[in-house]
Amino acid sequence: MLENLDKIRSKFSEELKAIDSNDKLEKLRVAFLGKKGLVTEELKNIKNLANDVKKVAGKELNILKNEIEAAIAQYQKTLEEMEYQKEIDNAEVYDYSIPSEKPVGTLHPISIVQKQIEDIFKTMGFVIEDGLEIQTEYNNFEAVNIPKNHPARDMQDTYYLENGQILKTHTSAAQNTIMKKYGAPNPGETLKVLFPGRCFRNENLDASHENTFFQLEGMMIGEDISISNLIYFMRVLLTEVFERDVKVRLRPGYFPFVEPGFELDINCEICGGDGCTTCKNTGWIELLPCGMIHPNVLSMGGIDPEKYTGFAFGLGLTRLAMMKYNIKDIRLFNGGNLKQLKQFVK
Amino acid sequence: MLVSMNWISEFTDLTGVDVKELIGRFTLSTAEVEDIYEMGKNIKDVVVGKIVAMEDHPNSKKLHLVKVDIGSEVVDCVCGAPNVFVGAVVPFAKIGGQVGDLEIKEASIAGEVSRGMCCSEKELGISDDNSGLMILEDKYPLGTDIKEFMDIEDTIFEVDNKSLTNRPDLWGHYGIAREISVLTKRPLKPLDVMDTSVFKDLPEIDIKVEDTEKCYRYSCMAVKNIKVKKSPINMRIRLTYCGMRPINLLADLTNYLMMELGQPMHAFDNDKVSKVRVKTFDKPIDFVTLDGTKRTIEADTLMICNDNEPTGVAGVMGGEFSEITDATDSVMLESANFDGATIRKSATKLGLRTDASARYEKTLDPELTTLAIDRFMKLLKDIDPEITVVSSLTDSYVKRYDTITIDIDKSFVDKYTGIDISSDEIEDTLTRLGFGLTRNGDKFTVVVPSWRATKDVSMKADIIEEITRIYGYDNFEVRSTKSLLVPVRHSVERDNEYEIKQLLSKQYAMNEVHSYLWYETKLNKEMGIVTDKNIRVINSLTAENDTIRSTIIPSLLGVVLKNVESNPEMGIYEIGRVANGLKVDGLCDERKRLGFVVASKKLSEKEVYFKTKEIVEMLLHDIKNIQPIFAPEKELSKYNFVHPVNCASISLENKEIGYLSVLNPRVRNNIDKKLNVAFVEIDIMDMEEVAAQPLNYKEVSKYPGVSVDLSILADKAMSYEAITKIIDQYPCEYLQGYHLVDIFEDEKLLAGKKSVTIHFEFGSMTKTLESNEISEMVDELLAVLKNNGLELR
Repeated sequence: MLENLDKIRSKFSEELKAIDSNDKLEKLRVAFLGKKGLVTEELKNIKNLANDVKKVAGKELNILKNEIEAAIAQYQKTLEEMEYQKEIDNAEVYDYSIPSEKPVGTLHPISIVQKQIEDIFKTMGFVIEDGLEIQTEYNNFEAVNIPKNHPARDMQDTYYLENGQILKTHTSAAQNTIMKKYGAPNPGETLKVLFPGRCFRNENLDASHENTFFQLEGMMIGEDISISNLIYFMRVLLTEVFERDVKVRLRPGYFPFVEPGFELDINCEICGGDGCTTCKNTGWIELLPCGMIHPNVLSMGGIDPEKYTGFAFGLGLTRLAMMKYNIKDIRLFNGGNLKQLKQFVK
Repeated sequence: MLVSMNWISEFTDLTGVDVKELIGRFTLSTAEVEDIYEMGKNIKDVVVGKIVAMEDHPNSKKLHLVKVDIGSEVVDCVCGAPNVFVGAVVPFAKIGGQVGDLEIKEASIAGEVSRGMCCSEKELGISDDNSGLMILEDKYPLGTDIKEFMDIEDTIFEVDNKSLTNRPDLWGHYGIAREISVLTKRPLKPLDVMDTSVFKDLPEIDIKVEDTEKCYRYSCMAVKNIKVKKSPINMRIRLTYCGMRPINLLADLTNYLMMELGQPMHAFDNDKVSKVRVKTFDKPIDFVTLDGTKRTIEADTLMICNDNEPTGVAGVMGGEFSEITDATDSVMLESANFDGATIRKSATKLGLRTDASARYEKTLDPELTTLAIDRFMKLLKDIDPEITVVSSLTDSYVKRYDTITIDIDKSFVDKYTGIDISSDEIEDTLTRLGFGLTRNGDKFTVVVPSWRATKDVSMKADIIEEITRIYGYDNFEVRSTKSLLVPVRHSVERDNEYEIKQLLSKQYAMNEVHSYLWYETKLNKEMGIVTDKNIRVINSLTAENDTIRSTIIPSLLGVVLKNVESNPEMGIYEIGRVANGLKVDGLCDERKRLGFVVASKKLSEKEVYFKTKEIVEMLLHDIKNIQPIFAPEKELSKYNFVHPVNCASISLENKEIGYLSVLNPRVRNNIDKKLNVAFVEIDIMDMEEVAAQPLNYKEVSKYPGVSVDLSILADKAMSYEAITKIIDQYPCEYLQGYHLVDIFEDEKLLAGKKSVTIHFEFGSMTKTLESNEISEMVDELLAVLKNNGLELR
């Protein structure tokens, strides 16, 4: 009996050496430990043995069984290691320099800049409004204090339609509608609105002239909105827009829809105020028109100018995008050239 | 406008003032200064010299050798001027001196020594006359530096005309001087004028203003026996420095007055104008202006006439016929005031914008007309004391502006400014600016001076501007508002718009483009797109692009056309406006539309179609949480780029919001035969009329469900939608949902039929379904299908 066990032991060791896969290892296990395996058969035979041998044989058999089980488990790990090594050795080396296909969607540069600015104004409590592109003369002109024979109404600048409407020449065309929509603010509150929009001027195209362009206008109306507030807000807003500590300077400027009206300059970043070609040696760059909303404009918007005051400002969104991305030719915006537009990945 | 500091100093004393700083202040308080020019600094050691001897240059026919007496010595000089003569008194630049960029050194000219230079006016930078030497009056001691009697040194600053648009009072030096006197807090001197009332007994000139709407005031005076022809040197220097070319005394004086007071004047030859009529003609007339150009004057243009004979286009330019020449010694002087808009129209129609018309456009102060004549007469008399006045100052003042009185108090100023400007300062500023002022504590009654009352200042806000600009915006204390903190409601529509852009760009890798509001006719022709008749622009500079678009798709197809060659794999979109004809009120029905186009050569047309459909469903699911309904669309056949068969309307609930279509093959072939294109147009405004469905969370069953895939044979033409309608007839509480897995078509295997595999999910919220329950339900479902002619494959 015990001799049998030694034979089984050495047979197992012998056969294990030739095993090179999990399948074969499993077959080997079945051949020794399975229902009809060599070890199992021996176990079955124990009951036929004499009582005194039975005990010893049973003990020895169990030792053998455990040895085989342990060897198989051990060998399994070796096999896994071998297989891992084999996979690594045979692994295909990928060429990381092969470019990946990356269809990239983009927003229009105007959308990007517009969103950035809208977000800044939203943080300061402005609502964002929209306006029609096809406007009445009343909204575009009369309602913002540009009377009938004002030079700004000369035919050559404005697109007139067959039905007497016009394509809006400035975002101010939305002022009247917005004032009427919101009305005067509640006591102590302030109406803060930002209204970007597409504007039109009847011009021939070249690198710096477009007949279709974007502006952005803001208004703040309340019982005590002052010139002092205007300067404060413009400084804070422009500091956010330009992501630097902007200095602002106001000069008198004439625009029919504001009184007093201002030209707002910001300090020149390029020369730091010492004077360069960009700022025409003044240290300042003319950026935007602004002013206290003209009492006539408030009146026409249904807001009592004796009780309420407000300020308004306009910003050339197209110009801002050109500044931001260093775009030299304004025709990029409406040109539909995807080679250009696909670069505006935000 | 060019402004001379010397001229300004005549009206307000600037001794000790830093001129550069003052000009900077002017920009911040009044109007933008674009440039500053220092004149005459580059003229040095130029003295009065007299030619005392002259002989021909031995080596040159043009040059002369002259001896110039400059008081202290007599200097040898080579001179090339044609007008040199013995006895001429000339400006002479000495050795070590400077004339413009030229430093004067001893030189040898054609072999002869020259120790200085005799100068022309152009060389001195005081006119463009380079015809010969400048001849000086023989009244200065020889050797006197010419700067002692010639105002060559001056600071000229250029004010941006645009920033003077609304300030008619600043179109002359006197008005600018008034501003500067306020900025420097120095007094403004009154204008030195002639008292022309002494001539009131002389006969009046026969004038009649016939058009009393277009002409406000016409003042004139006649003078004869004018002998002096050339203006004094300093007057010519000022005119030159301010951009006017000196001509002769009378022309120069009218220009000088215009530059000084802002009041355009005109001198007519008095022999040719005796009966002044200011009127319009009801027919176009031909007229030769004094620049020698024959022009057609449109009817209704305001003209100055000698009886019925036109002699000038009012406010724009005089006529050649009555032009003064060097020989004229008798003039009728016009100083008038016209309606600004009238003059602007005249100048625009004639394409002739003159210094005079540019000023009249600004609506000048009518009070200036007689003042200008008084000043003109004073200057003329000083220059030529022998003149004879032959008429009284004749004045027809037919239309007056109302006096404007404004009540304002300090509290209103405080509210508007947000800072505290004292009542004393308010009073001081307004008084210095020439406003009449009655003060009662902190209350003011302000009378607007005539030169600010034509349109510029009419209400309290205007007074605020006067106070604040002089106070200086850079001196403002700035602060935030005191308003209440209230939540801001943002428009969902606007957020949605941006959300759509994000989804299309980020999830579907599309590129946003912008295009024009009108059809681009050339591109459309190239693609064979026929657009509908829509409202047109009547005055476009690009006349062929005059029709406002009613659909955004042709614009996007234009972008496809432009880019197809470089990369046919495209996904582009735009949110833009169109006009859907007119509404009942006659205004355009402006709509905001989303359009997108998918184009590909890699994908089949069918794949492109289903890709666009997927995008539509995804978008609307995201924005509205609603599954859109697609239905056959026939209405759109009016657009020839739409596919006659593969075009479907898109609806949300019962609202049609847009359509989806494959590009019509005719148009496709014009772009690229191999390109597969599908597009979608959604009316954002219609879409926003349908409210988004609220999010409706459903509990998920704790019990395992069972799913069954069934392949159903259906007629090839049967739509999936028709199959779903049949399935939906089966009322089963445990059928939790189903979806399409695959459609299989094979003409050999399934002639005329297709196999539609659908995945069904059965389950219960309350129990685990038994297998016999499931098979019963499947049997029932199959029975329903069978009753409707659908068999299992």
